[in-house]
Amino acid sequence: MFGGEPGPNGEGDDVLHSPLKVKSVCLPDPATVAPPAVEPAAEPVVRARVRGLDFWYGDFHALKHIDLTVPERAITALIGPSGCGKSTFIRCFNRMHDLYPGNRYGGEVVLYPEGVNIVGAEVDPLIVRLRIGMVFQKPNPFAKSVYENVAAGLRIRGIRRRGALDERVERALHQAALWDEVKDRLGASAYDLSGGQQQRLCIARALATEPEILLLDEPTSALDPIATAKIEDLLGALVEDVTIVVVTHNMQQAARVSQRTAVFHLGEVVEEGDTEQIFTNPHDERTEQYITGRFG
Amino acid sequence: MTVLSATPLAAIDYPALARRSRRRDLAFAVGGIIVMLVAMAMLASLVIDLAADGLPRLSWDFLTSFPSRRPARAGILSAWVGTSLVMLVTAVIAVPLGIAAAVYLEEYAPRNWLSDVIEINVTNLAGVPSIIYGLLALGLFVYGLGLGETILTAGLVLALLILPVIIVATREALRSIPQEVREAAAGLGADRWQTVRMFLIPAARPGILTGTIVGLSRAIGETAPVITIGALTFIAFLPQSPIGPEFPFLNFHWLMEPFTVLPIQMFNWISRPQVAFHANAAAAGIVLIAMTLLMNGLAIFVRYHARRALR
Amino acid sequence: MTLTGHTVKAYEKDLEALTAMIVRLGGLVESHLQAALQAVAQRDLAHAHQIVRDDDRIDDLEREVGDAAVRLLALRQPLAHDLRITLAAIKIASDLERIGDLATNIAKRVRRLVDMPRISAISGLIHMGEEAQGQLHAAIDAYVRDDVEAASAVWHGDERVDEFYVSLFRELLTYMMEDARMITPCAHLLFIAKNLERVGDHCTNIAETIHYQVTGERMPELTRRAANHDDRG
Repeated sequence: MFGGEPGPNGEGDDVLHSPLKVKSVCLPDPATVAPPAVEPAAEPVVRARVRGLDFWYGDFHALKHIDLTVPERAITALIGPSGCGKSTFIRCFNRMHDLYPGNRYGGEVVLYPEGVNIVGAEVDPLIVRLRIGMVFQKPNPFAKSVYENVAAGLRIRGIRRRGALDERVERALHQAALWDEVKDRLGASAYDLSGGQQQRLCIARALATEPEILLLDEPTSALDPIATAKIEDLLGALVEDVTIVVVTHNMQQAARVSQRTAVFHLGEVVEEGDTEQIFTNPHDERTEQYITGRFG
Repeated sequence: MTVLSATPLAAIDYPALARRSRRRDLAFAVGGIIVMLVAMAMLASLVIDLAADGLPRLSWDFLTSFPSRRPARAGILSAWVGTSLVMLVTAVIAVPLGIAAAVYLEEYAPRNWLSDVIEINVTNLAGVPSIIYGLLALGLFVYGLGLGETILTAGLVLALLILPVIIVATREALRSIPQEVREAAAGLGADRWQTVRMFLIPAARPGILTGTIVGLSRAIGETAPVITIGALTFIAFLPQSPIGPEFPFLNFHWLMEPFTVLPIQMFNWISRPQVAFHANAAAAGIVLIAMTLLMNGLAIFVRYHARRALR
Repeated sequence: MTLTGHTVKAYEKDLEALTAMIVRLGGLVESHLQAALQAVAQRDLAHAHQIVRDDDRIDDLEREVGDAAVRLLALRQPLAHDLRITLAAIKIASDLERIGDLATNIAKRVRRLVDMPRISAISGLIHMGEEAQGQLHAAIDAYVRDDVEAASAVWHGDERVDEFYVSLFRELLTYMMEDARMITPCAHLLFIAKNLERVGDHCTNIAETIHYQVTGERMPELTRRAANHDDRG
């Protein structure tokens, strides 16, 4: 695609879209699978379907039989009181839990168009993380320059040629609405940026690798209202190209930003639907209680 | 309104309280300064004494002559060359091994009772008397592996000596890296080695360098293990030069040659009855201090730049 | 829907204050309408003047409701049921204020009627007035109790008000055609009847709003009516 060096797993040219390497089964390369045809005003295309997902931290049953749909190129918001499992859930999507011992998955998180269960034991978590990106709650840029932060994901995938890096870094910074603010100081330390800029840098860092799904875990909870607004605006623009899942404890943010909302409570999904319906006329009493501030 | 205690807050004499606090602060500061001055005075007197005895003896000849039975002609050429080469071998062995061991223990090893045992033992090794290392080296390296009383053996034993220091310092540096860096790297799809190489080691560099400084400073002055493995005291020749006239221009014969180091040379001279040799010993001491400072200075310089890159 | 109270108690109090204002406004408008109809029946001019002046109180209270709703929206960002309560309050206050205006218009007409001979049709008008009053009372009652069935009954009950209007219209038309001197007084009565019919319509609006507030959806009757319109093309 861009003539770079082979990636660390030897996939060849298309390192950014390496097929899900299931250890025993061979899968088609998604780059060669025709994208699903979108008929006008048809059912939204589904990017991922969660079926009966269970999760245990050791003995603690943190997620109980979750069913959820993540539509393509839409923002799905996950809301709920603290400790309800929404962060735990989003970390299942990129197998973050595999970094720590004692965790166990059950059920399925099926990624389309291949239709592979990415929490299955036979799928390499590394491959999942190469295709699904994440932005964290507290901005966590590396102790490197702005340029190197954005290029980090590309270097991990074996892209070393300066020209290719330059092009992708610039593109990612444009997508993250940060280019104008940093174009003259790409070599400056990431820590010189403000909190809101650092978070946008982290978004650019994730975008540079062209993820199929972008996961954001409370991305603006550490930021001031103006920085928050800029990032919400950014998400609204990004959603045209990327499927986005956002965890937020700010209900108004979920209302402002998302098209679909799922409400979590004590490790279960209590209600899932169009954002407009959830916030004007929720079906479940627990949803109503939570969003109108009747909790506790 | 209920009264909660016998001395309601309104009755507290705040000015008196503040005065007492200030007096305490002053007393502590004065005590601290006195202690510091005493320590510095002791150090200064040591250095001044050394300088007074040794400085007159320092000269180009001193630095470029071999030891001799006549104090006026004795020099430290073989000693400081020996020290430099031994330190080179020590650093080359200890630093990569120490970093690698620490990285394995911190990032790769599973957290079970075995790794706890290893951790405790590594920390304890730092406290083992250095002569024990000498005995170990004598049995293992000199006789067991047949390496003889050579620069290589000295480098190995000193590397073993400072290995725990470097391991502990590297581990602490790695531990102080917040988990969010590892998660960010993992989130981008990095495997463990990429995380270590591209993100953790660069971030841990200042800590690693500090450990290296501490370790090498200790090694340069260690006499007991080097004596034990048999460093000679009267070496009137230099090891073979590593740079040769023919391809591949670089050889390692010097590793297998006998040697001496500055502390041993100093010990040898100070043991002699002639006062003139004592002056030599003092001058050698100055050179040893200078070499240590130079080595540390280099490492501090590198660490400063590493810190600035991380900011 | 039985929900626990808001964690922020002040929010709870604001919502209660808003709904209480609607109930108060409803009561005010009810007695306003009652007074206007009494003035018509007893041809009481002094009373009629008083009613016209009282209209200000209704307007003021409606403005208060509007202000309280805006404050609630800005400061509390209500969602779901709370949002519907706030929007419903604005709408119902508006409908009640219009009913108040209609009652005032009826009272103004009394001033003309007193100069004219009494007409027998006036008894039919009084009956229509009682029906309209009944509708208003039922609507406010349904609001207080969040009663969707009662609201539906009000919505359907407007038929009777409309029937009253149609028969009164015919009766008055007959009188006007028989005797030219009856035209002016009958015309006034016709206007009063029209106002009462409008009162009935506003009551159905209130019923529709109550249904939306409680269930979050339009009345099924409305959806069916829209479908019928589409069918008829």
